[in-house]
Amino acid sequence: MKLDSKIPEGPLSQKWTNYKAAQKLVNPANKRKLDIIVVGTGLAGASAAASLGALGFHVDIFCIQDSPRRAHSIAAQGGINAAKNYQNDGDSVERLFKDTIKGGDYRAREANVYRLAEVSGDIIDQCVAQGVPFARDYSGLLDNRSFGGAQVSRTFYARGQTGQQLLLGAYGALSREIARGTVVLHERHEMMDLVIKDGRARGIIVRNLVTGELERYAAHAVVVATGGYGNVYYLSTNAMNSNGSAAWVCHRRGAAFANPCYVQIHPTCIPVHGDYQSKLTLMSESLRNDGRIWVPKKKEDAEAIRRGEKSALDIAEEDRDYYLERRYPAFGNLVPRDVASRAAKERCDAGYGVGPTGLAVYLDFADAIKRLGRDVVEQKYGNLFQMYQKIVDVDPYEYPMMIYPAVHYTMGGLWVDYELQTTIPGLFAAGEANFSDHGANRLGASALMQGLADGYFVLPYTLQNYLADQIYVGKIKAEGPEFDEAEQAVRERLNGLMNISEQSGKSGFSVDHYHKALGRIMWEYCGMARSKESLATAAEKIAELEADFYQHVFIPGKSVEMNPELEKAYRLEDYFELARLIVADATQREESCGGHFRVEHQTEDGETLRDDDNFMFVAAWEYQGHDKPETMYKEELNYEHIQIVKRNYK
Amino acid sequence: MKFKLHIWRQENARAKGHFETYDIDNISADCSFLEMLDQLNEKLINDHIAHPVCFDNDCREGICGMCGLYINGRPHGNDDGVTTCQLHMRHFKDGDEIWVEPWRAKAFPIIKDLVVDRTAFDKIIQAGGYISATTGGVPDANNILIPKHKADQSMDAAACIGCGACVAACKNASAMLFVGAKVSHLALLPQGRPEAQDRVRKMVCKMDELGFGSCTNTYACEAECPKQIKRQNIARLNRNWIGQMFGRDRNE
Repeated sequence: MKLDSKIPEGPLSQKWTNYKAAQKLVNPANKRKLDIIVVGTGLAGASAAASLGALGFHVDIFCIQDSPRRAHSIAAQGGINAAKNYQNDGDSVERLFKDTIKGGDYRAREANVYRLAEVSGDIIDQCVAQGVPFARDYSGLLDNRSFGGAQVSRTFYARGQTGQQLLLGAYGALSREIARGTVVLHERHEMMDLVIKDGRARGIIVRNLVTGELERYAAHAVVVATGGYGNVYYLSTNAMNSNGSAAWVCHRRGAAFANPCYVQIHPTCIPVHGDYQSKLTLMSESLRNDGRIWVPKKKEDAEAIRRGEKSALDIAEEDRDYYLERRYPAFGNLVPRDVASRAAKERCDAGYGVGPTGLAVYLDFADAIKRLGRDVVEQKYGNLFQMYQKIVDVDPYEYPMMIYPAVHYTMGGLWVDYELQTTIPGLFAAGEANFSDHGANRLGASALMQGLADGYFVLPYTLQNYLADQIYVGKIKAEGPEFDEAEQAVRERLNGLMNISEQSGKSGFSVDHYHKALGRIMWEYCGMARSKESLATAAEKIAELEADFYQHVFIPGKSVEMNPELEKAYRLEDYFELARLIVADATQREESCGGHFRVEHQTEDGETLRDDDNFMFVAAWEYQGHDKPETMYKEELNYEHIQIVKRNYK
Repeated sequence: MKFKLHIWRQENARAKGHFETYDIDNISADCSFLEMLDQLNEKLINDHIAHPVCFDNDCREGICGMCGLYINGRPHGNDDGVTTCQLHMRHFKDGDEIWVEPWRAKAFPIIKDLVVDRTAFDKIIQAGGYISATTGGVPDANNILIPKHKADQSMDAAACIGCGACVAACKNASAMLFVGAKVSHLALLPQGRPEAQDRVRKMVCKMDELGFGSCTNTYACEAECPKQIKRQNIARLNRNWIGQMFGRDRNE
């Protein structure tokens, strides 16, 4: 497999300009003769489909939910970064670029990240024009807040519902194109396979989730924008239906999958409270603007709190350990997510954790309420406080929040070049589904930026460049041996799963039983801290569990009807393979960087220890078959512009 | 905790539905209503009692708008300002009987069990619930100032999650709160003014065409809205509607 990143010539700041000047175009009359499939309606998918439809291409867009507006981008709370420098605090494209590369622990591609920073301002303009009601100050100008890993205020926000408002903006633009007829929406449809003809992506097989019937769609190009694979851990901040399968079937068909071991654990989530729990709820990073994180200084206090004999309010100021402020005075509570998560784990492992399980730390707003007044705090974070109170039944205005890290975002994903094209020609990946911009750790408020950058401002150019000569191919029809083979393979796969259930019968277990077990293995042995031994254990346990799944899973009902259990089952099949690859990738990466922490590789004070000489590369994996280990290819990262230093937030 | 659940079961859109009764035990007060249903489904599957109950859900943090159950006669149950996924069992008494139904409205046909088809909402938005800003070529974000109170009011309206509780709560199955929220969100912003008259006309006509009922100002929608969208949005919709009838551009 050849990995050609296709980075344009010229100085970093001119690369995107040069690319756009040299790219090929499609004449307006020809655009409507070219078909594009977009899978996923989150920020990346919806914005791409809307922009491509507006250009005149014909787009079919698919989502698994009942409406495009349900995509999980909607749940993003805190904000979106952009180098507008409206605050006059020293921000610039260069600064946002540097922060993002450093935040990613020098494991992202320079040219992609620079382009991201370059178009970030346009995103805000576009969203405001669409009617996104960003927060404003009394002069009527846009307001900003700070996020982790930055010393400027460049985050735009709409209360604690920024993702919702940005998605509704993109959904509005998409709805307009649906009304104009350039985009056709297929809701409650799930991508099951990719169809490749003459070496190019030419269509997909989908399952209608209402009837269970398989359908086929053909196009000149396919865009996968289906989000990340965090649910491999079962408990995560992802939505219940978020899954890695659309990206994974592309991988099975030959698209390289990059850096699967880079998983972001978010420091501020509501702690786990029971076995029945289905998901973890995030408390926005923006809370760290005003909230202070602490645990008791004395072990006996922590123990008393765990036994329920003391409360946070009983701990005197001098007996509190504001450990982030202590360890990282320069960034304090606003260190990047991976750093904050590890610090919380370190304190809890050392016996200072609070809450009934000892796996929680405090996020305290008492100082902010004293300084700003309750009204201001309520205005800034009201909906988050309400959400916390509804779930935990404790008033966060009176009593500090309890938080603990949880799986949140996956930096890894389908390998893409500068044009966001995968290793399969004609197959593009956007948003969280690709690996491109965040290196080994994503900064807060950058996921929304990347999703919209890809959809509004990158794909409309790069896809057009790809499609320019496709007009000679003529209409692609959803027929021929390739479509027959792909559809048959999906049918056999579904029948195979249903057959296990017939045999397992009364002794079988539900899909969730296996998914929860897989999640526990991944969290325990391939979570926040990984070692050679723990990864070997993970590989062993996954194999055992997978073998058991293929003998004893029980799925009620039929495959040709609405059957949520079957949906969970085929997604879990993919998670098993994905889990194995995450473990393999984590094993080969004998260094610590960003979200990937190998206990063998740390500094004396417990910080990540990179090995730039040996591991400054993107690991891109090629699928070899269900039972075979995958093959790894390296894309070396060349830093020409930025100076590589130790990542330091002290 | 222990509950007796009466759940609406319906094979598909054409089949006849009925209530089925299930007993469930060992439910933690801290678990959410949907997690309680997960446990019921787990039991139905593992003990081979029946096919699991189908219900829509996704984010489970009250923002995607996918879940929505009619619980003991109230959309999203008996807690205020929450969706079904954020309703916790601590709001019920041990031993309670709980009746669980899907949204009931002509414009939201049942697909299976508790799952309904809400694509009518998408169609209303497609009729004009957006600002026509093609990608690129827009002014700088700070070029047009928006007074803070207008931006805040707009945000209040934009918080709608499109779950359909307002329609389910309304005795006429009217979508006026949903449409009013979108009309207000956009009409309150300078960017939304140029299309405001057209927008309100197209959205209201589409709403009527899709079989939603009329508003008789009883405001059950406001009382049951999980995001506490205000009835003032309906008034603003009416003002915009009357404005477009007389060809006048009226905002307030």
